[in-house]
Amino acid sequence: MQYLLLIYSDESRMASMTPADGQQMSQTFGAYTEALKTAGALVGGERLRPTSAGTTVRVRDGKQQVLNGPYAETKEQLAGYYLINAKDLDEALGWAARCPGATYGTMEVRPIWAMGES
Amino acid sequence: MARDVRDESVFAAAERAARESYGRLVAFVAKRTGDVAEAEDALSDAFAAALKAWPRTGVPDRPDAWLLTVARRKAADAGRKRRTGADAQPRLLIMAQELEAVNTASEIPDERLALMFACAHPAIEQAVRAPLILQTVLGFDAAAVASAFLVSPAAMGQRLVRAKSKIKQAGVPFRLPERADMGERLEAVLDAIYAAFAEGWTDPLGADTRRRNLAEEAIWLGRLVAHLMPDEPEALGLLALMLHAEARRPARRDAAGGFVPLADQNAALWNTPMLDEAETLIRRASAMRRIGRYQLEAAVQSAHAVRRLTGRADWPAILALYEALYAITASPVVALNRAVALAEVEGPGAALRDLDALDAETFTAYQPYWAARAALLARAGWPEDAVTAYDRAIGLESDDAVRRFLQAKRDALVN
Repeated sequence: MQYLLLIYSDESRMASMTPADGQQMSQTFGAYTEALKTAGALVGGERLRPTSAGTTVRVRDGKQQVLNGPYAETKEQLAGYYLINAKDLDEALGWAARCPGATYGTMEVRPIWAMGES
Repeated sequence: MARDVRDESVFAAAERAARESYGRLVAFVAKRTGDVAEAEDALSDAFAAALKAWPRTGVPDRPDAWLLTVARRKAADAGRKRRTGADAQPRLLIMAQELEAVNTASEIPDERLALMFACAHPAIEQAVRAPLILQTVLGFDAAAVASAFLVSPAAMGQRLVRAKSKIKQAGVPFRLPERADMGERLEAVLDAIYAAFAEGWTDPLGADTRRRNLAEEAIWLGRLVAHLMPDEPEALGLLALMLHAEARRPARRDAAGGFVPLADQNAALWNTPMLDEAETLIRRASAMRRIGRYQLEAAVQSAHAVRRLTGRADWPAILALYEALYAITASPVVALNRAVALAEVEGPGAALRDLDALDAETFTAYQPYWAARAALLARAGWPEDAVTAYDRAIGLESDDAVRRFLQAKRDALVN
């Protein structure tokens, strides 16, 4: 099965990190990504720029509405994701727990709803 | 129409055999497809037919094969009628193949433990784990489970459906957890079984058959887990704990239906074979030298039950066991029980000092706290405070027999 591991963390805390801490965090994420690759579990993954760089768009009554900022105000924000292959939820949870994002913030594990699946 | 005792036991044996077979088949098929609801659907008609037929005809030589034959025929019928919609076609085909695979297997492997681990997975809402196990492993319908857990059938049905689709969609595994997770996951399975037992235990008279059955079914599940995981001391501990409690059922009410507290129970009424079995389990578990909550709780019951041999419960042991339990659980209920044990060792004054040190907020709506407090205050020579505490306990009790018992204690202080 495929699972999306969503990384949520407090942006303001990330922003106020010392450069040394920031570098250390990047290194741990790098090592984690390598581990996923080596295990053949990695499908994809990216880091996201903070919600201040985000823009929301919706169409209502045929009109485009473009708004500055995130979709919802939350304490922790979506900061990045990994798309992985895992044989079941336990394996996916195992990868989520090893992700440094689980230490800095919270991981959400969502199964992919494949095309054609009911 | 009333059945006589013999019919009753034939019926019970047939029902037991049908549930046993049904659970094994559901577990086997669900593990292969990941879809519990579909496995249940495929077998439900056959199960209903077995519940109807077997008490009359006797349990067939190969109960699993009997159920499978009926299930395959029903699946084929449903397929022919095409009543179930176009997208049901391939699913029915898959189910028919799965059932065929079961039929050709020389011996159907017992996957019920794997199914229980799926039902008690941390991804499944805690309150629905016990009902889910009762439904999938034992074949109880949502209405029966709902009435035992005092939830409306509609709400229970919805929760069970949601939990099963979560298992399917999230890919909750049907297997024993890795060793690193085993302790926690096994505890969740045991907790679910104990929750089912506790629901059945709240009906001491056994007047409500469904609830009395629930305690028996929980013990049966406990036996199954203890049998399949003989090297897990906590599984043995839970079974011992339930057997100890069940053994006292005949002594929990007097002839007039009045509540009899443990300390006043006639030990001769306790079920000796059940107590002996529990003691053997406790010894086997403790030889493994991995102590845990259920073993300690069972040992507490054992120290109470020793009264049948010595005339007195082993209160110093009970106190020490609650100390150990508190160190593991930090549970306020354990702290309360520890205080009650302390009263028997050092007197009510020490126990009351212990109770005062606890956070009273936690116990605002907890009847046993107020009943225990009232009894301690009465013993310590504070009748007025005791009456106030009894009033709070009476107001929080839902069992009429217990309420009457508390009222009698209270009135004795006033007069």
